[in-house]
Order: sequence, then C-alpha cells, then structure tokens
Amino acid sequence: MNGQTISIEALRSQQPRYAGLTAGHRACLGCGQALAARLVTEAAGPDVIVANATGCLEIFTTPWPESAWRLPWLHSLFENTGAVAAGMEAALKAQGKSTKVLAFGGDGGTFDIGFQALSGMLERGHEVLYVCYDNEAYMNTGIQRSSSTPHAAATTTSPAGRARMGKRHLKKDILAIIAAHHIPYAATASVAYPADVRKKVRRALAVPGPSFLLVHSPCPLGWGHDGALSIEVARLAVETGLFPLVEMERGSLVGVLPLRAPKPVRDYLALQGRFAHLFADDPRAREELAHLQALADANIERYGLRAGGAGLDTESADTVRRGGGQWA
Amino acid sequence: MRLPLEGSQAIARAVVAARAQVVAAYPITPQTHIVEHIAKLVADGEATCELVSVESEFSAASVVLGAAVAGSRAYTATASQGLLLMGEVLYNIAGLRVPLVMTVANRAVSAPLSIWNDQQDSMAMRDAGWVQLYCSDNQEAVDTTLQAFRIAETLEVPVMVCVDGFTLTHTLEAIDLPAQEQVDHFLPPYRFARTLNPRNPLSFGTLVAPEYYAEMRQLHHQALLDALELIPAVDAAWQEVSGRSCGGLLRVEGDPAARTGVLTLGSIFGTLADAVAIDPACGPVRLMHLRSFRPFPAAALRAACAGLERLVVLERAISPGASGIVTAEVRAALAELLKPPCVHGFAVGLGGRDVPLDLLPRLLASLPETPGPFRIFDLDPDKLPQEAL
Repeated sequence: MNGQTISIEALRSQQPRYAGLTAGHRACLGCGQALAARLVTEAAGPDVIVANATGCLEIFTTPWPESAWRLPWLHSLFENTGAVAAGMEAALKAQGKSTKVLAFGGDGGTFDIGFQALSGMLERGHEVLYVCYDNEAYMNTGIQRSSSTPHAAATTTSPAGRARMGKRHLKKDILAIIAAHHIPYAATASVAYPADVRKKVRRALAVPGPSFLLVHSPCPLGWGHDGALSIEVARLAVETGLFPLVEMERGSLVGVLPLRAPKPVRDYLALQGRFAHLFADDPRAREELAHLQALADANIERYGLRAGGAGLDTESADTVRRGGGQWA
Repeated sequence: MRLPLEGSQAIARAVVAARAQVVAAYPITPQTHIVEHIAKLVADGEATCELVSVESEFSAASVVLGAAVAGSRAYTATASQGLLLMGEVLYNIAGLRVPLVMTVANRAVSAPLSIWNDQQDSMAMRDAGWVQLYCSDNQEAVDTTLQAFRIAETLEVPVMVCVDGFTLTHTLEAIDLPAQEQVDHFLPPYRFARTLNPRNPLSFGTLVAPEYYAEMRQLHHQALLDALELIPAVDAAWQEVSGRSCGGLLRVEGDPAARTGVLTLGSIFGTLADAVAIDPACGPVRLMHLRSFRPFPAAALRAACAGLERLVVLERAISPGASGIVTAEVRAALAELLKPPCVHGFAVGLGGRDVPLDLLPRLLASLPETPGPFRIFDLDPDKLPQEAL
C-alpha cells in the first residue's frame, strides 16, 4: 500500500471496465436496480443501444438536461419497450449493423402492462436482450403491488390489516412464461451475485435470437430494509429458495445455482418491513409464514436446487454450475 | 406509368418506392390490403424492407418509433380502433419529434361497431402533434405518401396520410406510379440527426421538469406551424418531378365569383365537384378541399374565402355535445375577417352512409339565411325514436 490512498471516485474512474451508467444519478441509497443496470451495461457495452421502459430507472437517470447514461438510450413509454426494442433491432438489421439491442423494464413494465409487447418481441425472434429489474412492486409510483409482488408482502395497494395478510396472490412465474416462448436463453440473476449477472449477460448476447434476464433487485424503500443490507437481503432470497437462480435454453432447464444448506425463509423475511405483519402473534401470520416456506421448498424441489454435499457454497461461489437440476 | 391499381396497392407501391426500411403493422379493415400488398412485394423480392407483423397496433406504432430512432425510414398504417389503440404512442412519437409516415384508412369508431368510412378516427388524434394530410383520390394518396416522408424528415415531425376507407382503399383507379428514379430524385436517403449511435450516445425521451416542458412544447408547436410553408413547397417540388400537384394546404376549385363556398376533406370532394358540374341546382359554388388539417391553414383559408357570403362545411365526424370539429376550427379562423362569411356546418356520411350526388343541391336549397346549430344532415327521422324529434 506504501501509505498511498485513493479516493472512491479515482478508483472508479481507473476501472478498466466500460461504464454505461455512471455515478451521479438520483437512485435511493442501496438501490438494487441502479447496481443491476450498471452490472448489465458493463457486461454488454459499449456497442449497444437501449430501450428503457418508464419506471424508477428512467426517472432517476435522466432528469433533463442531465443523463447518467453513456450509451445510446431511449425511453418511450411504460408498456411498449419490447416493441420499441424490436423496431430498433429491425432497423439495425435493415442497415446491416451488428450493434446489440437491450431492453430494460421493471416488473411492472414486464410482468404486467408491457407483457404483450414483450411476448410479441419474443415470438417474432427479435435479437434483443430484455432485462427485467425485478423489485417486486410498482416502486416508481410509491410501492403498489404488481403481479411480481411476493405472496403476503404488504404494499400500498395490498396492505396488511385486520382482515388481510398483505398480497393475497402468488408471484407470477414469469420465467416459465418466457421460457414457454422457447427462446434460446432465459435466466434469473441477482445483484448479490455480480459475476453471475455479467456472465449471464454475456451468454445472452452471444446466442442468436431473443434472450431474457430477470434480475432480482432489492428496493430498500419498498421492501422496508436498511439500504446497507441490500446485497444481504438479495442473497438471502436466493439462499432460501424464494428466488432461485436458474438458466433455461429453448424452454429447458440447463443450469441452477445449487443450495448446499437452504436457509429458512424467516431469515429473509425478518429483514424487511413488507413482511413485518407475518411476525405478529397471530395464527394467520404463522400460516402465511409456513406457506412462504412451502413455496421456497417447492422451488428447491422443482429446480433441483439441493446440492447435497457436492454443491457449491453460495456464500462465496458467485457462479452458476451448469447442468444441475432437472425441469420438474 | 399508368396502371389500374386498387388504392391500397398503389399506396403500398409508393411506400416501397420511398424505400421504407422497416414496416410494422397490424391488420384492420379497411387498412388490411395495404400491408398485405407490402407483404406480397416483400415475398416477391420487389421490396427489401424489414416487415414486422406485430401483435397489436400499439406495438406497430412502437416498432416504427424504435426503427426510426435507430436510423431507418419506417412506415405503418392503421384505421379506427387501431388508431385509437396507438393513441398513447402517437403522442409520444410526436413529442419525441420522430419522423414517421402512417396511412390512416379512415373508418368510423365503435360503438356502434362499423367497419365503414368516416373520419372520426383521425379527428380523435387531432391534437397528437402529427401533421394530418387528407387525400381526395388515390393519385393524391400516392403523391401525398411520397411527400409525407420528405415533410416528416425535413421537420422531424410525424405525418399521417388520411385516405377514406373502402372509398379509396378498395377502389381501382388508373394510377400514375412514379418511376423509381423520380422518387429517388425527390426523396433523399433517410438521415436522422439524433439517431441512436454507440459512437455518439444520446439520451432520448428523458424526464422533463416544469422549467423546460413548456419550451419543448413550443418547439413542437413551431415545427407544425413551419409545416404551413413546407407542405406547399414540397407539393411544388413534387409537381416539378411528376407534373402533379395535390393542392398544397387547401385546394380551391370552381367558380371564383361564387358567393357560396363548400369545404370538405377527403374523397367526397370528388362527389361534390361532380354534383356542381352536372347539377345546375347547385348554382355557382367555390369548392375547397382542406388537404392539411394539421397544421390548420387559417391564413390560406381566409384568403380562399374572399368574397364569399356563406361557407358550408361538410365533415365526416362530430364532437358529440359540441359541434363539428372542422366547423369549429373554420369558424375560429374566419372570425378574424372583418366580414366573415356565414359558416354552416354539417356532418354527412357518418359510418359509411352514402353521400349521393344530389346531397349537395338538396343541402344548398335548404340552407337558412343565418346558420343554425351544427347537425348531422343526412339523418332519416323514421329511424329515430319519436321523442328525439
């Protein structure tokens, strides 16, 4: 060390990596989406153009006349990102260019309002990597439930109260629906595993045709956890089996992150205000806790996440072992 | 080269001649033939564009938006419900100042469900910030389509070319299709200054706070106003190439000494011209075709109305509970004259109702001295409940 110090800014500027999204944007402290978008663009850039759905990512990066993007970037609307990206890809094809097209949306723009345009884009085989930054609610409008919101989580439109234990419905299994389009590559990832995010982006861009990446991205404000714990919270979602990291090719499971010793879902839920009502002294709360544990267990069985003794340690592995598990 | 072509076929050929690189559309009657013809030209190798057959009109508009911003000349077409489904994207395209051309095969809007022609659909998109040009026949549809690309790309505004569904789209006419060299001479290759390019990364469609929003709206408004000069200039440039004009902003025909004017948009202009030509009961009439509805050519209209005592507006849409949309705008424009003509406004031919040759003489014969309230002229009282009469 020779007694030398280096500032964070200098360290950042001396990184050899390409930075598509730079510092200075207005994301909240601990924002998973900002981190995820940085990881994705680092791995994908610089020869890319981006179509971005309406949402937090669009708002906090581009207050006119400023922009945190260092790559060509277009925001059109909330629900048309798949189609805008498809048009970009068609144009580049018409011009004989090899520039890659990325599409960014949140879970609202992907699971719900923009789902039709996304499905059309996948069905028509446009060579676009669609990345969904999944923070499990409409955070941009102030934490309303989406079809990605986990069962029993409290949001402003699925609050917990005397008669309700948060969201009554299940989180939509978007990956299965995407995989049913039989696209070349679809995967889940988490900001707690940055090398895995980068690897999956590179893999998605290497295959011809459409690809899809669902990145679990904690929202401290919406989930009610300490912003300093975002990575820990994201990692626990994976380690409990609630957010399995899997890869699918042409609709078949080809890789998972195995769990040597899955953790109880309580460890994950207890860190977040959105699940606080599940820890009340109430038989319904206990029932919902058991329900969430059962959902995690079902994921572990379904994707074959249990690694026995031979699996990688998720605390440090940060990689996905390919070929694990069978599609159940 | 004059060929017997269906309107849709002629428009499709014009789009291909314009070297559109990306075409995206969703079929809807009566627009369907246009995209079918383009698909056939692609299948036969006569066109090389990327044809994207999308899952909705909402995506059709979104695909051409993405394509134009990524550096390709792009085109779409729709009608009626499809146009309304595109609505949000149309405002977005215009606000982003993306040069695009779209054909609207004008059709009534449901409910009541009707596949037939009127102009309620494009009128509903009046304020989206697009240039709107109306065609009175299929030759104009071909020529206006080519002009539309040049207008759009010069001013960076989208242009809607409105052709009456069935009446034009499904009718065969002898069409003079311009040669490819003529089109290439008139329409340079697509160049968009703000094309998304990794070598010069721009952020497009950002969040704009109150301290900038109004100025951006002003720039957009000004671009549409600039089209008031560009539209006639492009029409004149095309006339030099092809020998044909579409009438610039406003085509004026008939007796210059007439005291009665009749203004309309679209294909019934021809019907009215025939009625005036063959039926002496019409008397002397000055006929006007409002080719450009957006931008609205208020000054040209005032000049065209010089010497008129009355002006009849025949339009194909209504704003329920208020008035005719065109009538209201014509009245507002003429109010600036010292002695404006009396403006009589009527809706005719709604939902595809035939506009026969004798409609105009009947209407002119029934005109009161002073204009009554706007009304649907060709109602059949027998089909209305008694209490409505």
